[in-house]
Amino acid sequence: MIELKHVSKTFESKHQQVVALNDVSLQVNKGEIFGVIGYSGAGKSTLVRCVNFLEKPSSGQVIVNGKDLGQMTVEQLRAARQNIGMIFQGFNLLKTATVYDNIAIPLKLTGVPADQIKEKVEKYLAIVGLSDKKAVFPNQLSGGQKQRVAIARALSHEPEVLLSDEATSALDPETTDSILSLLLKINRELGITILLITHEMHVIQKICDRVAVMENGQIIEQGHVIDIYTHPENTTTEKFVSSIFPSDIPIEIITELEKQGPIIQLTFVGPSADQPALSMLSKQFDIHTNILSGNIVQLKDQPFGKLIAHIKGAKVETDKALNYLREQGVQVSEVKHNG
Amino acid sequence: MANFNEVFDRWGGLIWESTLATFQMVTISLLISIIIGLPLGILLVITRPNKSFDNKYLYRTLNIFINVIRSIPFIILLFALLPFTRLVVGTSMGVRGVIVPLVVYTAPYIARLMESALLEVDKGVLEAYEAMGIKTKDIIWHVMVREARPSIILGITIAVIGLIGATAMAGLVGAGGLGDVAYRFGHLRYEPEVMYVTIIILVIIIQVIQTIGNILASRAKKD
Repeated sequence: MIELKHVSKTFESKHQQVVALNDVSLQVNKGEIFGVIGYSGAGKSTLVRCVNFLEKPSSGQVIVNGKDLGQMTVEQLRAARQNIGMIFQGFNLLKTATVYDNIAIPLKLTGVPADQIKEKVEKYLAIVGLSDKKAVFPNQLSGGQKQRVAIARALSHEPEVLLSDEATSALDPETTDSILSLLLKINRELGITILLITHEMHVIQKICDRVAVMENGQIIEQGHVIDIYTHPENTTTEKFVSSIFPSDIPIEIITELEKQGPIIQLTFVGPSADQPALSMLSKQFDIHTNILSGNIVQLKDQPFGKLIAHIKGAKVETDKALNYLREQGVQVSEVKHNG
Repeated sequence: MANFNEVFDRWGGLIWESTLATFQMVTISLLISIIIGLPLGILLVITRPNKSFDNKYLYRTLNIFINVIRSIPFIILLFALLPFTRLVVGTSMGVRGVIVPLVVYTAPYIARLMESALLEVDKGVLEAYEAMGIKTKDIIWHVMVREARPSIILGITIAVIGLIGATAMAGLVGAGGLGDVAYRFGHLRYEPEVMYVTIIILVIIIQVIQTIGNILASRAKKD
């Protein structure tokens, strides 16, 4: 649905060149929610803005719905953009227009016949749950409600693709969750492909199918969310994953415990996440387990858990226990005190 | 000081006529100045570097041109433009003769006020409309100008007040008006009552205009 091929973007100012995107390639399939995560300055905002040519790439191709945006005339690009919705961190609504007009004006300006406008505005306001706010001005709305209006505005053009540029970054956690649920609903019920960028792993975890991690203008890792969670290959990716699992165990404790047996990290995915694996261990083997930290999160399709535990017992017994865990489909890795 | 009735009987007619003349000059030149100044203000914004119609040469030329005109005090502009005024409206005297210099004086001022009003508009909103595939001319009119309305109204209020000040000099080319009455009768013929009455009228007019401007602007603001 969206394909970026070797896209680079360099911003030139008087004194320096800034490479915002460096040979980025990615593909977003129809109907999926694709997330791009990275710290600020990683180039993710430039990336999403290249998809609708708000930012024109310095080189490379952007193909949306089979059509190369770089080959288009101004008119064609305008038509293509009407098929690509976009929502922003700052909502970007008209302050001087009511909620109704905020959706109706762009429809009018893109040539939607007058008799269809009212119908569309009402339909999409209902989808975002703001039918009762039609006559209200944006300044009287909360941040979450403003974003809902912006989403309704984007949907009213009935796009096939929705781009989200840090759409939840200005919102509190609870509102973020409700907006994410709304995006998920849009994706499932209307079949709209979503490409979103964020710096919050939570957003990726909750609604994304696949994720790309960006750093210094490049994609350093990409894949299915579950794979990135279980096998982060890059340090930055690891940092993002561990941001979900705060497990800072004091070094003193780790060094002390290591003398009596290994400290292990257990990663549970899918069905293995809800088995009482650890308690089975102490029953079957002559060891004692002590949980140091643990968490289980719900990814979009399956649960994913991480547990750090200390196993106390004879070497033979602990090895057996670890093998047993592996057989159960649990990933086991030893925690070193530098990590 | 003579009582009010006496002043009114003696000068009422003249002051009323002058007030009308002032209104006439202000209204006509304001309308023409907005028609010229608003598009100029828009041009100043969209031809800026990195804006939709980025055009360094047009932007710089316009910038310098406006600055040059704005450097000239109205009283000098009034005389300097005499031949031009005659060329445009056929006369350099009376209300018709003063409209030309008033417009030349006010339109660049309005252009600057419009420029600053339009620059205040949130860049993100313009971008959102660009991303929706909306034509640039529609974005300029339906987003930029629309969102800038409160500041545009306040800017025009400022321009009107400046314009009323400038019409005081209109008497020099025989166009009359309140300033002319205050100068000729109040100053030259030493009739202080006339001067005070015109000052009071001017103060009231300015207060009313500023108040109306503020109310309209805050209504347009919607918050």
